[in-house]
Amino acid sequence: MPRIFAYIQHKNGVVDESAPDLLAAARKIDANTLPTAIFTGFGADLDTACSSVKSLYSEIWKVGNEVLNHPNAELVRQALVAILPRGSILLLPHDHFGIDLSPGLSVKLNAAFVPDVLAIGPIEGESLSLVRQEYGGQVSVHVRCDASLGAVISVRPGAFKAEASAATGVIVDKSSEVGVLTARRRYIETIVAEAGDVDITKHNVLVSVGRGIQEKDNIVFAEELAEVLGAAVSCSRPVVDAKWMEKSRQVGSSGKTVKPKVYLACGISGAFQHLAGVKGSPFIIAINKNPKAPIFQVADVGIVDDILEFLPELIRKVRESRGIAA
Amino acid sequence: MEILVCARRVPDTSENEITLNAEGNDIERDELVYSVNEADNYAVEEALRIRDRFGGTVTVVTVGGEEDEEVLRRQLAMGANQAALLSDDGFSGSDGRGIATILKGFVQKGHYDLILTGVQAEDGAAQVGGMLAAMLDYPFASLVNSISVENDKLIVSREIEGGNKEINEIELPCVLAIQTGINEPRYVGMRGIRQVASVPIPTLGASDLGVNPATVGAQVAKVKRIDYFVPTLDSGAEMLHGSREENAEKIIELVAAKGGLK
Repeated sequence: MPRIFAYIQHKNGVVDESAPDLLAAARKIDANTLPTAIFTGFGADLDTACSSVKSLYSEIWKVGNEVLNHPNAELVRQALVAILPRGSILLLPHDHFGIDLSPGLSVKLNAAFVPDVLAIGPIEGESLSLVRQEYGGQVSVHVRCDASLGAVISVRPGAFKAEASAATGVIVDKSSEVGVLTARRRYIETIVAEAGDVDITKHNVLVSVGRGIQEKDNIVFAEELAEVLGAAVSCSRPVVDAKWMEKSRQVGSSGKTVKPKVYLACGISGAFQHLAGVKGSPFIIAINKNPKAPIFQVADVGIVDDILEFLPELIRKVRESRGIAA
Repeated sequence: MEILVCARRVPDTSENEITLNAEGNDIERDELVYSVNEADNYAVEEALRIRDRFGGTVTVVTVGGEEDEEVLRRQLAMGANQAALLSDDGFSGSDGRGIATILKGFVQKGHYDLILTGVQAEDGAAQVGGMLAAMLDYPFASLVNSISVENDKLIVSREIEGGNKEINEIELPCVLAIQTGINEPRYVGMRGIRQVASVPIPTLGASDLGVNPATVGAQVAKVKRIDYFVPTLDSGAEMLHGSREENAEKIIELVAAKGGLK
């Protein structure tokens, strides 16, 4: 049985939400496992973060180094390669840092790599069975992974439900096992997103448009509907990529997190990166011409229709019901 | 600056409903519309813009078969200087590691300052760029949404959570995985593609690339797809099957009932 590790991210002494999820994922591989948590960082924040998972993980490896103060994938990779026993399974979250770190790490460990995993079955010998998604979540796929030389597995945030644990973790300082760390990429600064003209996080009703809106000129349908409903217009990533709306209107993991009461998803396929930005269990109404769109799996009510036909009808009906002149 | 862009041809999810084939071991590929992977298209555009400002050449490369030549042709029409198709019976069934190994062979035949990939393919795993960088011992950054050239270094912005940006300095040569939205890719019509119809696109196999056949292909792939399925969920949406007018009325009712209309 390969040893299982979980790389835990943290910021200002606060551990990432994935810390208990990675434990849950490890237990899917082996129900009796006691995975080891690994932290990299520096100073008091690192110690605080390590201590805060003592009830989850029985062993916590700490790598403290001044250059690891801000997470740099190249440096973290060197640290992990230095301390990880070969043949181990390493779990980490599939987020912007995991995407930076994990593919190259798997090469340097000569381990298999399976990213963005939604489910894992019990290990059979040295073989793992995992579930991934392709084509924006339209289909799922069972993947088999030969973990005989170890594996790096990044898990989709939120896919594994945290489990209770009654560990009494011991912190092991591994800092001295890591030599001099150098990188040819240097962190300069973080630029916080600019506020837009409308704050979509403050609205009860969002009319959210996706790729199905087809062209910039059609955004007017969403704006008109939002106006008569007293709602705001938000959007999914392809609309921002196409420069049809401002980034400040984007809902999703790389955009805003919103908590409306009602979310009208118009021509939005429902990729997980988008849904990750819709919180607070709103009532989701999805309109999409593709009956297989993943959005219908999470919506409360769905209509298979072309939004360019449906929205004008809806606008007309709202006007009628509210006595608004056209 | 000598720039290499690694691109792929994939089923276009904006043009297709993706369904399973009868055996459940692949998606149904009959009558699929294919196009250049979206993020790769942005990568090609970014390469062309850097070349146009700072000089040099743009080379585009893909691993695949004869049918994948059309994406290379399209990128030549966008303005790439040259293209190459990496194709060999022994390449089929390669996992991400195998694809990166093949690309490494091509990289080492030339001298590239900058290697771009799209951040992720529609059916992919956001892995090849990072693997290639590690194999070459080049620095790497993913989710790149802006690049500026500063002498022998680049200043790159990475997309992180909440729409924020992480600014990094990165030395050349390096590998960058480009995020969608970094630029506005130019349009290429049929006419443009016809104009490059006679540009030769060499096909290179394992021996041309110096790739050891024992390091690529299905037999060494550590990660394999077993079967496809459509995810079943606890409870999907209640689907409305009324007329357009009835559906619109129902939605107004629902929005009001859920506390939407004031």
